[in-house]
Amino acid sequence: MKKVFKLQDLDCAVCAAKMEDSIAKIEGVNSVSVSFMAQRMSIDADEERFEEVMDEVVKRCRRVEPDCRIIR
Amino acid sequence: MKGFVLSAKQRKTLLRIIVALAAFAAIFIADKAVGLGTVFSGGAAWVFPFALYLAVYLLIGYDVLWRAGRNIAHGQVFDENFLMCVATLGAFALAIYRGVSGMDIEGFDEACAVLLFYQVGEFFQDYAAGKSRRSISALMDIRPDHANLLKDGAAVSVDPEEVKVGDVIRVDPGERVPLDGVVISGASALDTKALTGESLPRDVHEGDAVISGSVNLSSQLNVRVEKEFYDSTVSKILELVENASSQKSRAENFITKFAKYYTPTVVIVALLLAVIPGAVTGEWAQWIYRALSFLVVSCPCALVISIPLSFFAGIGAASRYGILIKGSNYLEKFNGANTFVFDKTGTLTKGNFEVKEVLPAENGREVLRLAAIAERDSSHPIARSVCAAFGGEAEGGYTLTNIAGEGVAAQSGADRIVCGNEKLMVREGIEYVPHAGVGTVVYVAHNGEFIGSILIGDRIKPEAREVTGTLAQMGCKTVMLTGDNAAVAEKVAQELGVSEYKASLLPQNKVEEVEKLLARQEKGRALCFVGDGINDAPVLMRSDIGIAMGGVGSDAAIEAADIVLMHDDLKGLPLAKRIARKTMAVVRENIVFSLAVKAVILILSALGFTNMWVAVFGDVGVAVLAILNAMRVNSRYEDKGAEKRA
Repeated sequence: MKKVFKLQDLDCAVCAAKMEDSIAKIEGVNSVSVSFMAQRMSIDADEERFEEVMDEVVKRCRRVEPDCRIIR
Repeated sequence: MKGFVLSAKQRKTLLRIIVALAAFAAIFIADKAVGLGTVFSGGAAWVFPFALYLAVYLLIGYDVLWRAGRNIAHGQVFDENFLMCVATLGAFALAIYRGVSGMDIEGFDEACAVLLFYQVGEFFQDYAAGKSRRSISALMDIRPDHANLLKDGAAVSVDPEEVKVGDVIRVDPGERVPLDGVVISGASALDTKALTGESLPRDVHEGDAVISGSVNLSSQLNVRVEKEFYDSTVSKILELVENASSQKSRAENFITKFAKYYTPTVVIVALLLAVIPGAVTGEWAQWIYRALSFLVVSCPCALVISIPLSFFAGIGAASRYGILIKGSNYLEKFNGANTFVFDKTGTLTKGNFEVKEVLPAENGREVLRLAAIAERDSSHPIARSVCAAFGGEAEGGYTLTNIAGEGVAAQSGADRIVCGNEKLMVREGIEYVPHAGVGTVVYVAHNGEFIGSILIGDRIKPEAREVTGTLAQMGCKTVMLTGDNAAVAEKVAQELGVSEYKASLLPQNKVEEVEKLLARQEKGRALCFVGDGINDAPVLMRSDIGIAMGGVGSDAAIEAADIVLMHDDLKGLPLAKRIARKTMAVVRENIVFSLAVKAVILILSALGFTNMWVAVFGDVGVAVLAILNAMRVNSRYEDKGAEKRA
């Protein structure tokens, strides 16, 4: 399942790349793309585990770029 | 999004910068005038200026220190916060060392100023990036926020997602049409600029279809909803635009990868620069200072922000002309496009038949009148074009007989009209004058006597000739594919000046032809296929860049194509090409400029010709310049001579 999330206060492009790297490694994530420009993250993950995966995504986002919030 | 808009966070930062700048200026002037290091005498005289500068330093930099510490705790070491902290704290340490060892007291101001200017630069960078991002996003933001659902005569404001097919909604002047539908009462003008790039308002009346995302300009409309929100045009376009940024270009990927190695490399070189010459010469302070300057330049931010921003600006600029580009990779590829393959019908030509010539011209009206009598009931496009050319109401009362593959005969008593191709004329034994034109010819005979002929053809789009010419000037090859016979194809090809054409193709042959052309393509050059989106989804997918025209109506085309010309206008092609060229030029400029400035500053710092002030410019100054340069992409692209489109 593919979903697009808005991101708030993602203000550095390097961090976007780091977030992308980190999220891509989560099990259950098929592909992810974080756009600094559009302030959006599009994520394709296993449907059954989507919420679980998203919890992990938020956790990793907090670690890599604590200022950035994912609007779910 | 006009004017000077700051977020709450930015306002706070700005205030902090102003206070810190004022405090710094006061201390700096006092220092230069009196010499703060001489206020107190003795071995600890350095403590006084140190304390003052440190206070300013903490005021302006506490967040940088905090973030650096926090990120290290999270295992993210090499970020710009950390680098700035090491550089400035290092500079403080050097200054303290000078103070303790009894040298001239200096260097505190520099340590403090570097962080201060870093923050100023970051602020500008943040502001510029945010502003440009918003100004481009605003162009693309066509999401309707509500729909006025009519229930028992009263309008209720609801979320567009809640409206069902068959519901009636009211669209007030100034509002965006939230869902696709049909006007059931009212008449107004719609602004479809955001969808098609077309600046002329479109008039709609009862019974006309309206597409979501257009803006109602003049008066209230009641619309019966035909599609749910998720199937509506506006949703499709939004999805496309939102996903545009997920397809990254090679340049963007290069930069991200580059950034990953660049920073650690510079840090290691800085470390070596401090240790090796320091150990050899014994001049530790000097070499550590040079190494610290190194760290300041080591952030790749200028590139990392400006490259995606350039692409984003390019996609934004294109969308203003109704050209939707599905990802920055396509913009990049399109710049290298040198072969344009066109589908003929509906792309180069209008795709609808019309009467081009009636012979004999002096008797044209009579020819059309008789033909219209015979053709009045037929739904064949050729018959329709004849009736359209006649314009009036054709006489009835005739018995019409269809003669398959030849034409129509109309009989009323002794009166007999035959209307059809050469075969029909031969069979009826009529001496006819063959028409030499290219296209479909309809001969008309009345009571066994030849009356005249009508030439029907597909009309070439008015801008097609100019566009193929412009593309040729840009060094592109143009190829036309058509299902028509060779004679028609040759005529059209000549008229348009295309470099190659292939005639008598079935839809599946088009894929083969494109594959043959792809095989001949040089490396790094792209082949574009331009079609109207009807029946050509496979070719759109197969080509390097599939371009669909007037695609608002066709879902398959929007999905299969990489670039969609929302406006049914071929001039979008050279326009998109110019935007792609400008984008790539700016991207290259930014890469070369940022890297060159950084390289020069790195070398000069290593040799000791510069100081940290220059290094700060090398970091944030270059970033701001690169962002400003990126915004040049988001300008206007019309030809001087081209029709004006705001």
